[in-house]
Amino acid sequence: MEIKKTALAGTLESSDVQVMLSQGTNGIQFDLDSDVAKQYGTAIKATVTSVLNAYGIDNADVKIVDKGALDMVIKARTIAAVQRALDIVDEPNWEVL
Amino acid sequence: MANEERLRRTMMFVPGNNPAMVKDAGIFGADSIMFDLEDAVSLPEKDAARYLVYEALQTVDYGDAELVVRINGLDTPFYKNDIRAMVKAGIDVIRLPKVETADMMTELVGLVEEAEAEFGREKGSTRVMAAIESAMGVVNAYAIASSTDRMMGIALSAEDYTTDMKTHRYPDGAELEYARNAILHAARAAGVSAFDTVFTNMDDPEGFYRETQYIHQLGFDGKSLVNPRQIEMVNAVFEPTEKEVLNAQNVIAAIEEARAKGSGVISMNGQMVDRPVVLRAERVMRLAKASHLLDAAGDYISNVKAANSQEGGKQSEK
Repeated sequence: MEIKKTALAGTLESSDVQVMLSQGTNGIQFDLDSDVAKQYGTAIKATVTSVLNAYGIDNADVKIVDKGALDMVIKARTIAAVQRALDIVDEPNWEVL
Repeated sequence: MANEERLRRTMMFVPGNNPAMVKDAGIFGADSIMFDLEDAVSLPEKDAARYLVYEALQTVDYGDAELVVRINGLDTPFYKNDIRAMVKAGIDVIRLPKVETADMMTELVGLVEEAEAEFGREKGSTRVMAAIESAMGVVNAYAIASSTDRMMGIALSAEDYTTDMKTHRYPDGAELEYARNAILHAARAAGVSAFDTVFTNMDDPEGFYRETQYIHQLGFDGKSLVNPRQIEMVNAVFEPTEKEVLNAQNVIAAIEEARAKGSGVISMNGQMVDRPVVLRAERVMRLAKASHLLDAAGDYISNVKAANSQEGGKQSEK
């Protein structure tokens, strides 16, 4: 699946994470901004990657601004961003949820 | 039915797109937690809130709380996907806003049933409730409350209702008198729970206590809340007195003794104890247990109440 448009989900409030997806050409490239990047950077990227994989997205530029989000929040925000980026907001992919 | 046994003193609103509030919703001891996908979520974030609540329901432990979600109304484009996502997530209860007719509940139940089949949920496992927010809803309250076996309860939502009635909310609540009584009677006649409306002025604890005592006296199961601080205030109003607990224990002991002897009706202290008295006693004991007034053996802990009221006194001094 190819990203159709740049899309953003989530806020910069505490316990939230903002995930921005845009078209990429070189696999999945991360730009991660998090106070806990040292401890949880790998885990955050793994969660985002697993959602992208579930939608069959191989190429994307991913900008993440984490404000201490739990794993379930990262997953939820990534799903929302992907749905918006693929322009399928009204037809959720129920298998991925 | 399980509906009869469950305490529903407090139903706390949680904005569905706020991760901090969604993840912490379980720590305040609300009997029911109501995740809001409707008014608390702005239009462009409806999809994001739906996924956030979905993922939270998969991962966060909300203990014994009953989990409710307020979906968007059936005149919105979000309605059907809200239902499917929440049924798939295994929510306990779907709350439909602005219900005016029994047909609206029938339509909801049809979609819930389809979603249960689609996602392999047990048929009938998702219950529904109706928020009544208009004169039409109040007039049709019984038809709404008795529209489906899945009905958990009906709730008054006073902001829209008072607007519809060409008035607004007053401190004495006289403008809500008819709606409260109509909704309560409809709920009782249909055998479902009844919830009073929210009280939004956090700077008026006296008004909050006055209103809660009033709806407790009428017989409501509980109240919708917008702030976790209101939970212990409602629980304090619903907490039984020592006299009520001791009397309830006596009633239950007497009826058990009578059953053992094979007799149906008994008298206690010269008064007949029949089914309504026993049901009331059982409810008092559930409230006493939820208020932590009983020890492990089920006996009344007489010093708890004194300690509680002392603590309450200290807080009100602040």
